Amino acid sequence: MLYKSLKTLVILSFLISLLFFVSMPASLADPLAAFEGMKGEIKISGGTAHIPVMKAAAKAIMTANPEVRISIAGGGSGVGIKQVGEGLVDIGNSGRQPTEGEVSKYGLKMFKWAIDGVAVVAHPQNGVKALTESQLKEIFSGKISNWQRIGGPDKAINLYTRDAASGTREVFWTKALGKGEIFDKANVVVSNGAMKAAISNDPYGIGYVSVGHIDDSVSAVALDGVAPTMERVVSGDYPVARGLFSNTKGDPGPLAQAFLDFLFSPVGQAIVRDRGFIPVK
Amino acid sequence: MTRSEFLTKYGFMAAAIISAAVPLAIFIFMALLGYPILTSGRLFGTLLGAWDPIHQSYGILPMIIGTFILAILAVAAAFPVCLGCAALVSDAAPGPVGRFLHGVVRMMTGIPTVVYGFVGIFLLVPLIREAFGGGSGFSLLTAALMLALLVSPTMILLFCDSFGRVTHTYRQAAAALGATTAQQFLFVVLPQARNGILAGVLLGLGRALGDTLIALMLAGNAVAFPDHVFDSARTLTAHIALIIAADFDSPEFRTLFLCGLTLYVLTTLLVLGVRLTMRLPGRRP
Repeated sequence: MLYKSLKTLVILSFLISLLFFVSMPASLADPLAAFEGMKGEIKISGGTAHIPVMKAAAKAIMTANPEVRISIAGGGSGVGIKQVGEGLVDIGNSGRQPTEGEVSKYGLKMFKWAIDGVAVVAHPQNGVKALTESQLKEIFSGKISNWQRIGGPDKAINLYTRDAASGTREVFWTKALGKGEIFDKANVVVSNGAMKAAISNDPYGIGYVSVGHIDDSVSAVALDGVAPTMERVVSGDYPVARGLFSNTKGDPGPLAQAFLDFLFSPVGQAIVRDRGFIPVK
Repeated sequence: MTRSEFLTKYGFMAAAIISAAVPLAIFIFMALLGYPILTSGRLFGTLLGAWDPIHQSYGILPMIIGTFILAILAVAAAFPVCLGCAALVSDAAPGPVGRFLHGVVRMMTGIPTVVYGFVGIFLLVPLIREAFGGGSGFSLLTAALMLALLVSPTMILLFCDSFGRVTHTYRQAAAALGATTAQQFLFVVLPQARNGILAGVLLGLGRALGDTLIALMLAGNAVAFPDHVFDSARTLTAHIALIIAADFDSPEFRTLFLCGLTLYVLTTLLVLGVRLTMRLPGRRP
């Protein structure tokens, strides 16, 4: 995924191209059959961790039924909850559970379709592959400011964090940093994709992304000896984890319902697993 | 008055009233929503404090400073290049080369800022990081260089216009006195175009102040006061973009209106400045 950083001011929604893809084999149990005869648009925005799964699901659905158009935008969990609550989109994604206030204010219905870890990441060439929780807290509060102190090269640590709308930041700040301070000199980026782009380009950077976004371009850092792998998140050994939610205002409409059903179907859950998240079924 | 005259007159009047009313309405809207802060006795704390939500401090001074430094750096970097480019286009290389360059500059006005931001991330950020050691490469300087590129078409086109407006007979008189083309330009055209150049600089400054994406993508967005140009910093516009998703009732969200008001007032002052310089009497040689 390329760098996408646009906030609510300029929401970049892109329609996924229908080309190049053979339609999925149809069978009686095909979850895509639910879309038969339907047409219209599903607008989705919010959590940036969700985007890879959203794109893959949208591609499969739009290939099976070109009459259905699905637009996907980022913005962050806060934006997703706000926009679905205001009726601007059909589905608002959030990488954290909406607060009670948000649920009662907007009448949200939550659908948790995956579990995701939030992992500390550094540049692949960075020698530091493991940190303790207290080291991590001291790094993010700015007390440790040189890689040398944690076994790296004699270089300043470049901190990266996320904006206020980020569910990933919320979970990382609560569960990994214990709501500790985040140094005010930290750079702020606006999506999981942007974080990955920043860290993969900065040999001395450290940040955090959704586990589903980790690939060869960044290296995950083990926390207190536990690597942030899918297995360790499932087993509960890796504590910095959260649910991935899709929220609707009240009961979803027929199209949104079909989309959510697809996410919970075996095919949808296979996409979830394929993209590096933990399916709920 | 015929029917069509009547329609034309009132149609245009309605259009004029609406376009004048919209900015005013925006101002009133922001002032109303920012009213709780303006009257809470925390105005100065918010305007002059630091941003530290964990400790209930919602000051926007670092962003105001970041905005100013960034805009001034960008215009300072763009100014000499733009002046040279405008001189080349309108004076030193008339004919096909000049027309071609003029076309390129006009095309540049249409490039979306996200393209500049994108290019900046992959080309300029690593360059700045490697060239100036330390730091992440996301810095005031990085954003300022890209922003300079963004504001330069505005500045160049205004400079060109002001050069073109210099009365031709002045140049002919200078030429008759034996001045070379370069001398004519330096001693006749430049002083005559002074007001236009100033207006171009102020408009460039206005664009630089108001741009969101380049600062958001390249300046690093750290909330601390920037210590030097290689430091990460946040502008008012980027701050609004980053905070807008916060809860409507949160104090963070309320300070946004103060950011908006600050930007509004700054831009208005700049536009007034442009108007005034346009009206100044030109200097006679």
